[in-house]
Amino acid sequence: MKSETDSAEVTLQNARRAAMAVLARAEASELQKAWNEWPDQPDVQLLRGPETGLVMVRGRIGGGGTPFNLGEATVTRATVELSNGQVGHAHALGTDKEKVRHAAIIDALWQDETSRPAVEDQIVEPIRQRLDRQDSTRRDETAATRVDFFTMVRGEDE
Amino acid sequence: MYVAVKGGEAAIDNAHRLLADRRRGDRSVPAMQIEQIIEQLGLAVDRVMSEGSLYDRELAALAFKQARGDMIEAIFILRAYRTTLPRFGYSEPVDSGTMQIERRISATYKDLPGGQLLGPTFDYTHRLLDPGLMGDEAVGTPPRREAGDRQAPRVSDILAHEGLIENDSDLPDDHPAGDLTREPLEFPMARDVRLQALSRGDEGFLLALGYSTQRGFARSHPFAGEIRIGEVEVEIDVPELGFSVCLGRIQVTECQMVNQFQGSSKSPPQFTRGYGLVFGQSERKAMAMSLVDRSLRASELGEDITAPAQDEEFVISHADNVQATGFVEHLKLPHYVDFQAELDLVRRMRAEFLASQAGDDVADNGVEAAQ
Repeated sequence: MKSETDSAEVTLQNARRAAMAVLARAEASELQKAWNEWPDQPDVQLLRGPETGLVMVRGRIGGGGTPFNLGEATVTRATVELSNGQVGHAHALGTDKEKVRHAAIIDALWQDETSRPAVEDQIVEPIRQRLDRQDSTRRDETAATRVDFFTMVRGEDE
Repeated sequence: MYVAVKGGEAAIDNAHRLLADRRRGDRSVPAMQIEQIIEQLGLAVDRVMSEGSLYDRELAALAFKQARGDMIEAIFILRAYRTTLPRFGYSEPVDSGTMQIERRISATYKDLPGGQLLGPTFDYTHRLLDPGLMGDEAVGTPPRREAGDRQAPRVSDILAHEGLIENDSDLPDDHPAGDLTREPLEFPMARDVRLQALSRGDEGFLLALGYSTQRGFARSHPFAGEIRIGEVEVEIDVPELGFSVCLGRIQVTECQMVNQFQGSSKSPPQFTRGYGLVFGQSERKAMAMSLVDRSLRASELGEDITAPAQDEEFVISHADNVQATGFVEHLKLPHYVDFQAELDLVRRMRAEFLASQAGDDVADNGVEAAQ
């Protein structure tokens, strides 16, 4: 029984992580629009940030070996609390504070079971689809530059 | 006694206003937008990020604009900016194996899983000036081809099976990653810190050193095993959440250089490797970095140290162009008092020299007279 609860929690956590990853890569304008169009907006209190700092990005020696410090990246983070008590959190590369504030609000809305389906369907999923389309276009453009080797047969065998 | 001399405030102020004017240039020409720099001068932006050691395209483009296109000045500005920000933490190591690939080539295998993907490369262009770019000629959309879900494993992983190539790294698993932004450099250094220093090192310096190894100064018989460019996800562990979150993606260039190795008392004959990993699209830098990474492993692999590219202290101490430009350029700042002191010293030494010469002449004359 306990393991079932655990695995349900893990599933929920993974779904939240996936949603947060989409929000981190979203355009600021997408999140602003989503929040502006959200019905019955709760009051939002900032618990932390939005604040910009640095994350030291790590790589691995040889690609898969011991970690090393590659260089830093700017990161902005925010934590908000909605009037219903739900706490939301967001981190994203870059320095856009408004984007991250909106992402934290949407994360809080996502965690509320009553608003989660709407957040997934109306906000996260459309952005995810746009990002996937963008990736797929890029992959197809790269694939067009794939080298097809062929061998020139010379001589008079035929 | 130290005498402070003041002055020049008005001149400095006016010089900076003149700089602002010259930076802007002819007002009838539209000002360059940050987006234009990011979109159309992307490789310049990437170089500023890589050597500024700060991944942020917008800020790097701003620094580039502010520096009037002077790379090292822009890098300096970006480095200075980073010191104003708090450090939130360290990311999980990025995984180049799951990269969203934009270019991937291997000079060692023709038919490798995932294929040779040329991507947006200058290779095979004829390097002829394109008059079309004098104006704003329309550019078509690039062709596409169904990519499917082909995987492109790292070439080093393909080679590893036969034991013909060394492992990714031999540092112990619990080796803590050193951070040269936090601890002063110490020689000899572990390979992780060296890679951090090389990744932010000056492209021109590393290029010249890499070139020197090819020309015979520490020959290392390199093959470009693989070069890949693309986006990788950056994740950070957030303690208050209890799990790691994705922050977004960054573009990196990775180079795996494969080098011949005769073997030594420590290792059997096998291929060794040099590694390069750089922010942005920066193939030349990643290749040079991997050549220099390999040459700096000379003592680890029991090779004779005969060339500059193998001298760790020499290479790492001089690879940082912000440090280098600081020390070289400080020479133009007022050294009036130092120079005055030197001038006095030279005058005194010269007087002594001339006096002793005069004395010798007298002595010589004396000898002649005696003869």
